[in-house]
Amino acid sequence: MAKNSVKMEMTSRGENIAFARVAVAAFAAQLDFTLAEIEEIKVAISEAVSNCVIHGYQNRPDEMIVIAMSIEENRLQMSVEDFGIGIEDIEAAMQPSFTTGEERMGLGLVFINSFMTEMELISTPGKGTLVRMVKIPENLA
Amino acid sequence: MELAFEKKNDTLIVRIKGELDMHTADDLRQGIERYLQDFPSLKNMILELKGVGFIDSSGVGVILGRYKTLRQRNGKIGAAALSPSIKRIFELSGMLKIMSVYDTLTDAERAFGIAGR
Repeated sequence: MAKNSVKMEMTSRGENIAFARVAVAAFAAQLDFTLAEIEEIKVAISEAVSNCVIHGYQNRPDEMIVIAMSIEENRLQMSVEDFGIGIEDIEAAMQPSFTTGEERMGLGLVFINSFMTEMELISTPGKGTLVRMVKIPENLA
Repeated sequence: MELAFEKKNDTLIVRIKGELDMHTADDLRQGIERYLQDFPSLKNMILELKGVGFIDSSGVGVILGRYKTLRQRNGKIGAAALSPSIKRIFELSGMLKIMSVYDTLTDAERAFGIAGR
């Protein structure tokens, strides 16, 4: 199968998070994912976009978030990017106990890590953060 | 998201319908907080999640935050009617260690000693 791809841009508003996860789930449905796996993808996207809004942009609502996704063979690749404050210490941010100043307790990245086949966090302080995720249907992985 | 609150003795029952993410979590937080402030006698909470199709760490955070308040009142939290994916989120986040899970709201009410009241 040739590579299929979609790129979307949205402002950093909380109300766009539901749209983001539904759009990515609809795209992901082109592959042979189970319903449980589609739910996992929705959670991962919801967490990644929430991180952009809350951390990257400190709840400023008019910044840009870019979501890119592609399917090649049986591999769904997704990236969620912001151009906000970035992360100083990525290793610390990946710890479940990483305190984020609100009630999510750093769980977001834990969920992404648990639910994705691959995940990578790329960040430059002051420039932004990109989360790259790959999900392969389990019956093929 | 739709929320319905009911107070039975010292237990707050919250029926939640919709998707629980960063955007909707605030409504839930504020709704529960209002009851906890208005009724200092409240010490337990049961969340009925039958109508919840989605939850992420923001939703978990709201529940955990309220648990901290209720624990100070020597209370407890229960959750009823979880879908498998919500149960998995609760498992991964350690929520199942701090709250009991029931198949139905009636089961939870029975366990909390408020059934039929």
